[in-house]
Amino acid sequence: MTLLRKSSIWIVFVVALFGLPQIFDSILAISILNQMAIAIVFALSYNMLLGQGGMLSFGHAVYFGLGGFLSVHALILIEFETMVFSILWIPLIGGLFGLLAGIFIGSFSTRKAGTVFAMISLGMGELIAASSLIFSSFFGGEAGISGDRTFGPLFFGFDFAQNIEIYYLAAVWVFIATLFMYLFTQTPAGRMANAVRDNPERAEFIGYSARKVRFISFCAAGLFAGIAGGLFALNYEFITEENLNAATSGRVLLMAYIGGLGYFIGPIIGAVVLTLMNSLLSNYSELWMLYLGIMFLLTVMFLPRGFAGFIMMHQMAWVRGNMKMLVKPYIVTGIPALLFAVCVIVLIEMSHSDEETFHFLGMTLEPSSSITWIVLIAIAGAAFYAVRRSRAQLLDAWETANAAPKEEQS
Amino acid sequence: MNHYNPFKTVSFSMRKSLMAACLGSILSFGGASQAQEPVRIAFMDPLSGTFASIGNSGLKILEFAADYLYNSRGGILGGRMIEIVSLDNKQSPNETQLQFRRAVSEGIQIIFQGNSSAVASTLSQTISRHNRRNPGQEVLQLNYAAVDPILTEENCSFWHFRFDAHANMKLNVLTDYIAQNPEIKKMYIIGQDYSFGQVVSDTSIALLKQKRPDIEIVGNEFHPIGQVKDFTPYVTKIVSSGADAVITGNFGADMVSLARSIIDSGLDIPIYTFYAAYDGITATLGEDGKDRIRLIHNEYANPVPTEERREFNRAFKAANPNNDVTQPRIVNALQMLVTAMEQSQSTDPYDLAIALEDMRFTTLSGEEVWMRADDHQIFQGLHVSVHTDEGIEFDGDNSGFGLFTEYNVPADETIVETSCQMTRPRR
Amino acid sequence: MLEVLIFATLNGLVTGFLLFMLASGLTLIFSMMGVLNFAHASFYMLGAYFAYSLSLYFGFWTGLIFAPLIVGVLGALVERYGLRKVHQSGHVAELVFTFGLAFLIEEAVQFFWGRDTKNYQTPEILDFPLFTLLGQEFSAYRGFMMAISIGIFIALYYVLTKSRVGIIIQAAITHPQTVANLGHNVPLIFMGVFGVGTALAGVAGVIAGPVLTTFPGMAAVLGSIVFVIVVIGGLGSLAGAFIASLLIGLLQSYAIASDVGMPDLLDLLGLSFARDHPLNDLWTINLPQIAPVLPFLLLVLVLIFRPTGLLGKREE
Repeated sequence: MTLLRKSSIWIVFVVALFGLPQIFDSILAISILNQMAIAIVFALSYNMLLGQGGMLSFGHAVYFGLGGFLSVHALILIEFETMVFSILWIPLIGGLFGLLAGIFIGSFSTRKAGTVFAMISLGMGELIAASSLIFSSFFGGEAGISGDRTFGPLFFGFDFAQNIEIYYLAAVWVFIATLFMYLFTQTPAGRMANAVRDNPERAEFIGYSARKVRFISFCAAGLFAGIAGGLFALNYEFITEENLNAATSGRVLLMAYIGGLGYFIGPIIGAVVLTLMNSLLSNYSELWMLYLGIMFLLTVMFLPRGFAGFIMMHQMAWVRGNMKMLVKPYIVTGIPALLFAVCVIVLIEMSHSDEETFHFLGMTLEPSSSITWIVLIAIAGAAFYAVRRSRAQLLDAWETANAAPKEEQS
Repeated sequence: MNHYNPFKTVSFSMRKSLMAACLGSILSFGGASQAQEPVRIAFMDPLSGTFASIGNSGLKILEFAADYLYNSRGGILGGRMIEIVSLDNKQSPNETQLQFRRAVSEGIQIIFQGNSSAVASTLSQTISRHNRRNPGQEVLQLNYAAVDPILTEENCSFWHFRFDAHANMKLNVLTDYIAQNPEIKKMYIIGQDYSFGQVVSDTSIALLKQKRPDIEIVGNEFHPIGQVKDFTPYVTKIVSSGADAVITGNFGADMVSLARSIIDSGLDIPIYTFYAAYDGITATLGEDGKDRIRLIHNEYANPVPTEERREFNRAFKAANPNNDVTQPRIVNALQMLVTAMEQSQSTDPYDLAIALEDMRFTTLSGEEVWMRADDHQIFQGLHVSVHTDEGIEFDGDNSGFGLFTEYNVPADETIVETSCQMTRPRR
Repeated sequence: MLEVLIFATLNGLVTGFLLFMLASGLTLIFSMMGVLNFAHASFYMLGAYFAYSLSLYFGFWTGLIFAPLIVGVLGALVERYGLRKVHQSGHVAELVFTFGLAFLIEEAVQFFWGRDTKNYQTPEILDFPLFTLLGQEFSAYRGFMMAISIGIFIALYYVLTKSRVGIIIQAAITHPQTVANLGHNVPLIFMGVFGVGTALAGVAGVIAGPVLTTFPGMAAVLGSIVFVIVVIGGLGSLAGAFIASLLIGLLQSYAIASDVGMPDLLDLLGLSFARDHPLNDLWTINLPQIAPVLPFLLLVLVLIFRPTGLLGKREE
């Protein structure tokens, strides 16, 4: 039964990976899907460190970037026929280089977990990002390096010139990488990573070196980050310093955290949500980064276990068939919450805009008149009050829905 | 100005249509095409993040020019409107790729881009690749500000046109101007540690050696972009080197900090720059920078050359009181593009590229500019201007300070040779 | 050459003291709550921006007094309504929270003040050269910056070691339970320390804004360096932070002032490489070029060989 359920999840995953481009087949949609594919592998590899191994890294982009740089160099070698092999294997090259970098840096950074590890990762990240600008013959300075993926032996007649072809290649790699990362969590090494995260002393007592366990997780994370870097290189055919600097490291932390660290599926959710926000939201508002920041803080404060944790909160209610009980409270709290959010967004956008009229959802507002402002603030205030009032009921309903049925309790 | 009706809502209607187009393209609903479809032009530059002020002021100029020169006068190509679609690339090569795909997805075939040579060259490579692989969906790149010579030299492309003088052309004029000043004996060069900073350093050393062998280069310093907290240690070196003048290609906060540190140290020497004006810089330098900062640029500064230019600037100021016409070359690029459209009666990038090649065009400043066919580099007069508050008709940042032109070089004297070996697609 | 050395030292000290003002608050907050505040440099930036806005209407000195107060109150509010809530979810959540806060503050600053550089000027009364040495001026404002920083260091040292409040704080760091049992309001102490720490960062921002340029990227430029200092000095050690601040300030200043690099080293060793050597970038590197990364190199080395930092005691 559980085997069936587990494999059904994987089947859904495969169907989604290969079916989505059939539904969303515009150039833009394929571009977004490609980004998601890369982000999923990258975020999952980050979760091997933080979620499963308890190592907070501020420099995970290093392995992604280095893998990507080597992959682009490989593309160039293929183009000039120094090496002859199909570009199918490029992500593997990226992964191996990520692994090498992981072995080297991991050899001294995994001695300690906690703050010491975090700070070494920060320092190494800054060092490598800075030296990538200095060593421009390998890294190409701030313009980066670029290759062309259409060379090398054809694969069943495909030259991978179109992005959709690359997407299918990436999808295969995403599936393989995800499967192996999942299997890793089931191996003794993966299990011990959890144990070392939760209590290194105890793990040592049962005969495992905490350092070695951390080192193995670290190297594996480097490998998969490198694979993601290789996928990036194939998709964009170029790579720059940007891909190994602190901003990229921060973004992957955000993805994994918002998605939910404690769950294998969490980083996948985070990668999908953040990629969508990044590519769609930025075109509707130039303030999208502000909203992203607010959303991030709210997630940390109110959903400490991320989106995946939020979904899993309803697992018991679902199993017990009590989801119906939650529908009404969610609507009662959700509508004013949504109204509040909309009002705040309109207020923010209005104060930022220097247009005389302001169009929103078909309404025309006038920022110059103070009535507009007062009305909006009043609605927002009322909505906020309604949320506060109804929140207790929602929590109650959630408690009842999740509580065991009466017969079982007795 | 009564006939002018500012299309106030253009950016929002644009956003909405973009939203619709976006949803449409994701779900692949084909929209029925109308008889008078607008000509859509993408403006791809940083609109959020650290460099956003530069991108946003460029966008305002392009939107204004399109409305003022064409849309309010009945449009182009017999009544079609110009629609500017802003795409935020955050000055990042990665994001540029994503936005490029978005533009292609929406069927936009003309892209204005200017900030950062790194972005311009990745975009140019991407466009060349895309055009080769997708015949019939070509895209044209109109570069209005990225000045790395390589874009019209080794890496030149048929699909790329540059409407600004490149760094070597600018330095040629700047060093001519410096060479005329017999008081300068020792030169200090400081710049950001990346391709453009290095071009500035290498070229100015070579040119000064040629033009004024007696000038000693007493310093050639690179610092990391945007990471220097305090320029005082660098200024200490400048002072102790005994330099009479400084050349720098710095931009943004690095430019302001460097100039402020030099001024604060009491060092009274001229600073020769590329980007020391507007977007907050002019106001910050203010009185302290007066008569010290000189800028090399094309187009015009004060005094304004023609009545047409003056009228355009006034109308722009009336519509955007907090912005300046910082980059008049954007207007030139748009005008030349529209001329190419009218000439070829087409919006196809290939036809436009052919029409733009070898075009001679008279700008609002009454100057004839030339787009060379060999490398797609524009040639027009170059000027060295000083930061001052005297004789300023159009100031920067509403500060009363602005640029006053001291030295002019006509277009035909700025022509340099090119090593460009352009591959031309066949039709 | 002498004047370069003297001015490099002076500049290094000015930077070092400035860094200490940030590092002291950060290390205090760390020793109290065990949380590294990623947003600390953002409060420094807020200090500069508030002071800029105040100085437009009331002059520089009002800004100097009130901007840090506003920043301190904001900091206390963040502790009370943000961090305290997140505290239940553990240290990683707290770190991630401050990480997000830094991001949000940068965006908020751009929202309220715009993205361009602000024209925040030094007060006219300090607009004169303090002294001129071998043709170089040392501005009075830099002297003033140093004076303020030293003043704060002394005051902080005195408060923490001599005053009753300081003793309670020190006790609360090591024995929060006992202090709470003695009837002190430990959460209030935490909030106060967070407020004071951020207010110190605010002071640093106020006095650094005019010389180091007030722009939305100013927090990012300093942010990680302050972190480095606190870690090198030893987490939670005020004296360590002081030493590390001066060390980093001087190190960077001397590195920029020096004119040595790999070419000199190679000359010394009698080696030479062709310009097309694959490692040409390495052979042509010089010290000023890599000055900004030296702190990170130092950080990694210190953490490898002495994970507790120079004067740190806390072993995790």
